[in-house]
Amino acid sequence: MSTPVTGLAQIGKSVVIKGELSGSEDLYLDGHVEGSIALKGNSLTVGPNGEVKASVDAKGVVVQGKLEGNIQASDRVDLRKSAVVTGDISAQRISIEEGAFLKGKVDIHRADGK
Amino acid sequence: MSSVSQNFMKLFRGSSGPETVAAQGSQKLTRRSSGLGELSRTWESGENLCILDLGSTSPTNIRHFTENGHRIYSEDLLTASTDPELVTKDEFGTTALDSRKFLADNLIYPAAHFDVVLCWNLPDYLDESLVKPVVGRLWSVLKPGGMLLAFFHTRDAGPDSPCHRYHIVGADTLEMQKIVLRREAPRTASGNNSASDSFQLQRVFNNRHIENLFRDFASIKFFLARDNIREVLVVR
Repeated sequence: MSTPVTGLAQIGKSVVIKGELSGSEDLYLDGHVEGSIALKGNSLTVGPNGEVKASVDAKGVVVQGKLEGNIQASDRVDLRKSAVVTGDISAQRISIEEGAFLKGKVDIHRADGK
Repeated sequence: MSSVSQNFMKLFRGSSGPETVAAQGSQKLTRRSSGLGELSRTWESGENLCILDLGSTSPTNIRHFTENGHRIYSEDLLTASTDPELVTKDEFGTTALDSRKFLADNLIYPAAHFDVVLCWNLPDYLDESLVKPVVGRLWSVLKPGGMLLAFFHTRDAGPDSPCHRYHIVGADTLEMQKIVLRREAPRTASGNNSASDSFQLQRVFNNRHIENLFRDFASIKFFLARDNIREVLVVR
């Protein structure tokens, strides 16, 4: 079981948030979030207990829990084996572990715009 | 094998068959696929194609298509068909799945959106009430000239044929992996449930059934393989 790294913003598993979430630091999210998440230039990690119903815009996204919404990543998206993702993914790179569930599109865009 | 069977098989292309890959604990098989080989020419010669993979989420397939500059959509329809909210009664009181609700929740795409649809063995394992509606929807979301690949078991395969997921590992090579249901799913009308740990073969299509199923498509091509799989490539 993955434990959050100290020094980054954390939302614990008992926390429920509805609305627009934005920030300029990395975020570890293990609670419930509904709305939108904007962390341009930073990373979002959805922990194993995390349940997100939101569009995500971040530099990097790691999903271990549930995410329903589109993911726009300027760098990399990682779906771990416990991930359940429903939505479209746009990123420069993507890694999907065996066991992850995805319902949606994967679109890889390179830094040079191709 | 009789001479009649030999002559019959000469009508079909295909030298596909499984070879066991020594993989500890994963029991993966590789098989050559003539249908995939023909389909591969489409995405190898095309750019930025739109592919729909209707099997279990396959990191291998996603990597295969994205590394070649294509967009891939992944939608596991077999797992989606185990949604308990789909269970209903038809006009005769028989338990069935609600195809209208199924199509309201799945395969929601613009018309003429996809260049290629990978059905794999979906029609063989999908509940009877969903097969024709799903094929009808796939026709509408395929571009004119778009291609669909599907696998059908022959009668010789037997009723207990395990349901596999397919990973593309070469231009005409697939890796087969037995599907194990990963979530609790109440018994559906078709008998698919987590207690059996996998999906059950629902029916065996003969050639006429397959032709009828895809009658709205422009052309159909059959590839008969040695492992009792009939590969079908249809063009919208």
